[in-house]
Amino acid sequence: MAALQAKNLAVGYDNKPVLKGINFKIDAGDYFCIVGENGSGKTTLMKTILGLKTPISGEIIFDDGLEKNQIGYLPQQSIVQRDFPASVFEIVLSGCQNSLASGFFYKKEHKEMALANLKKMGIAKLKDKCYRELSGGQQQRVLLARALCATKKALLLDEPVAGLDPNVTSEMYDLIKQLNDDGLTVIMISHDIENVKNFATKIFDVNSMEVTELREVKEGR
Amino acid sequence: MFEELLMYLSFPFVRYALIVGVLIALCSSLLGVTLVLKRYSYIGDGLSHVAFGALAIATVLNLINKMLVVLPLTVAFAILLLRKGQNAKIKGDAAIAMLSVGALAFGYMIMNLFPSSSNVAGDVCSTLFGSTSILTLTQLDVWISGILSIVVIAIFILFYNRIFAVTFDEDFANAVGTKVNLYNLLIATVIAVIIVLAMNLVGSLLISALVIFPALSAMSILKSFRSVTVFSAISSMVCALAGIIISILAGTPVGSTIVTVDVALFAVCYLIGRVRG
Ligand SMILES: Nc1ncnc2c1ncn2[C@@H]1O[C@H](COP(=O)(O)OP(=O)(O)OP(=O)(O)O)[C@@H](O)[C@H]1O
Ligand SMILES: [Mg+2]
Repeated sequence: MAALQAKNLAVGYDNKPVLKGINFKIDAGDYFCIVGENGSGKTTLMKTILGLKTPISGEIIFDDGLEKNQIGYLPQQSIVQRDFPASVFEIVLSGCQNSLASGFFYKKEHKEMALANLKKMGIAKLKDKCYRELSGGQQQRVLLARALCATKKALLLDEPVAGLDPNVTSEMYDLIKQLNDDGLTVIMISHDIENVKNFATKIFDVNSMEVTELREVKEGR
Repeated sequence: MFEELLMYLSFPFVRYALIVGVLIALCSSLLGVTLVLKRYSYIGDGLSHVAFGALAIATVLNLINKMLVVLPLTVAFAILLLRKGQNAKIKGDAAIAMLSVGALAFGYMIMNLFPSSSNVAGDVCSTLFGSTSILTLTQLDVWISGILSIVVIAIFILFYNRIFAVTFDEDFANAVGTKVNLYNLLIATVIAVIIVLAMNLVGSLLISALVIFPALSAMSILKSFRSVTVFSAISSMVCALAGIIISILAGTPVGSTIVTVDVALFAVCYLIGRVRG
């Protein structure tokens, strides 16, 4: 069943399209990779999918009851202010904001989930550290743990392995694969086509606008 | 000196003023971090000047309860500025600068054109720098300030997690379905209320100091959002209490005394932060 569909979509800034004529269909449970060179418009496309930007023309159709509060997102560059005082745990916990629903405070289960995701990312010992004092790779992992807290059905990742060392990179791919096997729909931007080929179900090349289907989707959520 | 203080404290209105002063200081510190980090400090500054203009109108109209004019006008401008700022960032800043000096000029002009008392210079001075003494607040002012402060504190506590989310990473919040625009609106409204409140205590020119210094002090020594928030709240209350007491005993203007204490604390915190590296 289709989770998300782009129909004749054009994305860009100030009414000037960066990419146009985008057509693809993402099924629930897909591992959908977007590839293309620097500045080709991948991030712009992802932001449009997320509703952070409005499409210039065409449309994005969400089927299958995919709601915004079931999505986790890892931005490429977080526009987080440099001086922001926040501990790692506070940031990861804020990933649970979409499950607050109409409540005001995080419950025990949210805190446990945040801790579990910190462990998954191997940064449990950084829990009380200040975010702005971490290395780039550590910050990336914190933001990934936050995305994991937010995700229920789909995970959108903008270059998740950028800045990670080779070991962690392969761990990261394993982890994302695991999440996908568990039924999560993954939409990922990557430059690492060689690695991505081993996991992805579909690869979308923004230069040729072509979708390559690599393998069948397992049962989706 | 201690006896003198006790003597003052035996008057109920002094006690009320003290309580309200401390409550206002608490409120104004709460959104300090958000204001500093979200480039809302411009809005804060602009709004305090708008509040001055509104107060001038209220003074000229000779209203008994000036807050009835000042509060809605300031809130309205807060929302307007937020809207503008979202559309075009650079133009937004210019609009704020224009609005804020415009409001100042307008306020001063109408206070001179329609003097409501013989001492225009005194009136202007006290709107800009706060009443010479917090004890001149009317009973009604004290009550309204007290209630509004409590409302602000309650809203902040309830929406603490959302305010953190929206301040820390607006895009992420938006992407996962948090109603960012709504919370930005809430933050702007609360900022406007805080500014109107703080104007009673320190006057419109010193508001930014009351809002920003406790946050900056906390940010220079602490590293999590929660500890920064708690520290700025407590330090702001302590500074206000100290400032008010000093101003009563030494006969100094209350607003500038509080801000001076805030600045002193900031200097200490900054040095500690520097020494620790
Ligand atoms: N805020 C903006 N306003 C106007 N143009 C922009 C803006 N952000 C990006 N662009 C332009 O849009 C184009 C696509 O940018 P985008 O960030 O989507 O590229 P990308 O494919 O993600 O590149 P990378 O691989 O480097 O991350 C670029 O040419 C860029 O200059
Ligand atoms: Mg990009």
